[in-house]
This record gives sequence, C-alpha cells and structure tokens, in this order.
Amino acid sequence: MIREILKDQRGHVRGAVARAPIAAPHLRKDAWWALPLTVVIVLGSFVVYSTWAALQNAHYYAAPYLSPLYSPCLSASCLHPTFGGGLPDIQLPIIGILSPAFLILWGPGLFRLSCYYYRKAYYRSFWLAPVACAVPDARSKYTGETRFPLILQAFHRYTWYVAVLFIVFLTWDSILAFRFPVPGGGHTFGIGIGTFVLWINVILLAWYTFSCHACRHVCGGHVDVFSKAQTRYKLWHAITRINETHPMSAWVSLLWVGFTDIYIRLVSMGVISDLRII
Amino acid sequence: MPTFTVRVFRGTAKGGDFQDYRVESDEGMVLLDVVHRVQATQANDLAVRWNCKAGKCGSCSAEVNGKPRLMCMTRMNLFQPDETITIAPIRTFPLIRDLVTDVSYNYEKAKQIPPLRLKPPEPDGTYRMMQDDIDRAQEFHKCIECFLCQTVCHVVRDHEENKKAFAGPRYFIKIAGLEMHPLDTLNRTPFYRDAAGVGLCNITKCCTEVCPEHIHITDNGIIPLKERMADEVDPIVWLLRKFRGGRKEPA
Ligand code: SF4
Ligand code: SF4
Ligand code: FES
Ligand code: FES
Repeated sequence: MIREILKDQRGHVRGAVARAPIAAPHLRKDAWWALPLTVVIVLGSFVVYSTWAALQNAHYYAAPYLSPLYSPCLSASCLHPTFGGGLPDIQLPIIGILSPAFLILWGPGLFRLSCYYYRKAYYRSFWLAPVACAVPDARSKYTGETRFPLILQAFHRYTWYVAVLFIVFLTWDSILAFRFPVPGGGHTFGIGIGTFVLWINVILLAWYTFSCHACRHVCGGHVDVFSKAQTRYKLWHAITRINETHPMSAWVSLLWVGFTDIYIRLVSMGVISDLRII
Repeated sequence: MPTFTVRVFRGTAKGGDFQDYRVESDEGMVLLDVVHRVQATQANDLAVRWNCKAGKCGSCSAEVNGKPRLMCMTRMNLFQPDETITIAPIRTFPLIRDLVTDVSYNYEKAKQIPPLRLKPPEPDGTYRMMQDDIDRAQEFHKCIECFLCQTVCHVVRDHEENKKAFAGPRYFIKIAGLEMHPLDTLNRTPFYRDAAGVGLCNITKCCTEVCPEHIHITDNGIIPLKERMADEVDPIVWLLRKFRGGRKEPA
C-alpha cells in the first residue's frame, strides 16, 4: 500500500494531469455570480452616466454649485471657470467643442481605474479572472500584472498624488457653495441643500482618497523600523484603520459623485429648486 | 439527529469519482468528524489527512461545496439537514488518493526564499526590537500552512504553467514579513518581482477570503510588496527615506 502511494506521488508531481480527475469546473452551490453581476450593473451604470454627463457640456453649474464632474473647470468658456482666464476651447471633429469635463476627468478616472480595490472589482466582474473564488478563469492565458498595459497599474501612486489635488479643488468648490449671488449683484453667505450635497461629496471623496493603499504606504508603510519613525508610524496606524473601509468608501463616494451631478443638473435645468436654509 | 449525504471524492489521479455516503451527525460535530464516521463505518480505506482537529495543524484542507476550507473548522450546523455536502481534495495540487494531495510545490517554494540576514548585534551582544516594529510580521506568523490560499489562487489553480515562477500568497506574506523585519538587512525586491512573481497576482483577494487564520494576506502582505516595488520609481518616497530614514540599511 505504502509503496503504491509513493509510486503514485512520484508520478503526480510532474504536471497538470496529476490533479484530481474531477470533470466539473467548480463545485460551488451558492450564488457566487450575484456579487460580480451587481458590480457590473452598478459600475457600468456609473460609467455610462458620467460619460453622458461629461459630454453634455451644460447644466453642470447652478450658482453657487459646481458639479464635481466639471471641477476644476479649466476652459475659458466654462459656466464657472475655477481660475480666471482659462484655456481656449478645443474643437474636435464629430463631437464639436470638447467638454471641459474631459480636461480633468482623466485624473479621478485613472485614480479609480488603478485603485487596488477597483482592480479587484473589475478583474473579477468584467475580466472574469476569476469571477469568483474557486471558479475557473474565463481565459486560458494569464499573465497578471506583469505585462503592458497592466504593468502600468504600478503607477497608482502617481494618480494618488493627483487625486489629492482634486480634494483641494473640491474643498474650494464646497467653500464657494456658501457664497450665493444676490439679484442686484454681489454675494451673500448662505446655506442650501446643495451646500450639504457638495460638502458630503468632498468628505466622502477625502475618505476614499486618504484610505488608499498607496497613501498608507507613502505615509508610513514604506518604513521598516517603525520605532525610528514615530510620526510616520502614527500616520500609518491611523490610515490603516480607515484603509480597512476602503472598499466601502469606493462605492459610497462614487455613488455620491453621481448624485451630486444629478442634483446640480436638475437644479440648473429648473426641474427642482434648491432649498435655501439660510 | 440530522442525517446528511456526504459526496466524497474517491480515487487517484488515474481515475476516480464522487461517492455518496449517508451519515448521521451528532450535536456539535464538525465535518471532519463526519468524514471519520464514514471512514469508521462505511469506507475503511478512505484516505484523509488530519492531525489536530483544532484548526492549528493545517492538515485537513479540502474543498467543501466547492470552497476551500478546513474540515475540522467546518461545523455541521452550517448545513441544512438532508443536504448533500460535496468534499473534494484541494484541486491545485497533484492527488495522491481520495482527499490527500501532494503539497510539495509549497515546500519547494519555501526553500527558495532568501532567509533573514541579521544586522550585527548591539554592543552588549544582544538584539532589541520594539513591539511596534514587529507587529506587522507577527500577523503573518499566525499562518498554519494549510495551503488553502495556495489552492484557491487562480494564478496557479487555473494556469499550471505559472507554478514555475509564482510563489503564491502564503509565501508572499512570508517575504513581506522578512522585508518588514526590523533586524533584517536584505533587499528581496528583485527576488519577489522576478522569481516569486508577485506581479502575477491581480489582488482579487481569494487568498484572504479563505484564510482560516484571517490573515490580511492581500492588504497587509501583497499590496505592501507591490508598493515597495513602486518605491523604486517614486522620488517622494526616495526623498523621505533619504532624509527621514526608517528603511533598513543594506549589510
Ligand atoms: S490576491 Fe493574488 S495571491 Fe491572493 S488569490 Fe488572488 S491572485 Fe492569488
Ligand atoms: S496564509 Fe492562511 S490560508 Fe494561507 S497557508 Fe497560511 S493559514 Fe493557510
Ligand atoms: S484608491 Fe483604492 S487603493 Fe488607492
Ligand atoms: S486537523 Fe489540524 S487543522 Fe484541521
């Protein structure tokens, strides 16, 4: 008996043929497809909506609120230029004038695209590699993140540096959301529902941005001997706490950005009116 | 007492199939007990590896209803009475017989990891470490080498050809623990980039999902390794390290 097992074992270490001859690709009985399907629907809807909204080049500003999809607004023709002056319009064939949203959306776009959490989400749900644990990959070839273009995911760090700048701009927009125009000219302090919408938006985005794995690493994770770098150790400790909630922040902040844009769009179109509290 | 049907894989790599056994389970039993009852009463030659029955030796790994888990930590009240429970051997490794696989791939990978290279001792001839310095590595030391993470990892589970250049999640946390060790002096970046193949991992986190020790394999081990690779092209971290220190000195 023992001899037979050893003989078997020697034969088995050679290659794939030596695995258990089980025909079924997987043996899971639970609803393993439910989560990836939900991700496809929610993430897909957001991408479709935000692309549509970015193409509109209209209804992204309802004084004093600027939609996060158009902030910072860099074109001279912006409804609300973030800086005075601004860039000249870019004329494209077929599309016409390039919406100012496209001048900036690559920033948050690349940040989310290379985010460790979103990578997990779309590698599973869209790439099907693997669609669920212990369910086989859809494709037979697999090189992970070792080749172009996926090797570029290693630059997530740089997209984080850019994302931090966006938090600065969006905080500025939220401060301006207290500054309402007065009919005869000039401005007055005020608070509307939109002010809350914008503040919640920037707070959620800051939660997402500062719970990022690259942030956790840059702020302290790169240290080998923590006791010799107390400030970075404390920072790392704090970020580790919020890093555990990073997937949640990814979804909540994404949905709120969409909601903020819809809110401002509807106010600007006159479909709803913004309730002034003060 | 509830009765279950357990559908157990029987056979070798040359051939085999699932066989059903009707078996009663008593209050408080775990799946390994049920398998032992099958072995005692209906299939005396059923091959199953186990040792501690306490979730600490890492021997009883199997795939239960398609999910890699420890049989001794799978309580029977997880299942509906009368349910059919499928038990397969872990599928990424060569089968010896029934539920027993040859996991030597893992031992080969372990041997390749450059071990701790200590810095010189302090003047009094001793070494000192602060708890803060060693916490990160200690999480990884909880590993019981059950290889559930290794079997679920699609990089080798679905692509046998990757076994050559991929150490797997269990060894990524081993390497991460060494890299973060306060007394170590070796830089293993070229090793885990090229020989251990950390780039093949696409951080889809199945290893973390199945780990019975709840080690944050991906968040605390693999992602930090990927970030350390990125440090080599990041001027900001380079400056931080140059002027603020905190990174180990090469020997
Ligand atoms: S996260 Fe990486 S190492 Fe872990 S199972 Fe997925 S691909 Fe494998
Ligand atoms: S890391 Fe977890 S799943 Fe992997 S071998 Fe260790 S204990 Fe098992
Ligand atoms: S933003 Fe998700 S990991 Fe960096
Ligand atoms: S028998 Fe030791 S872990 Fe299950």
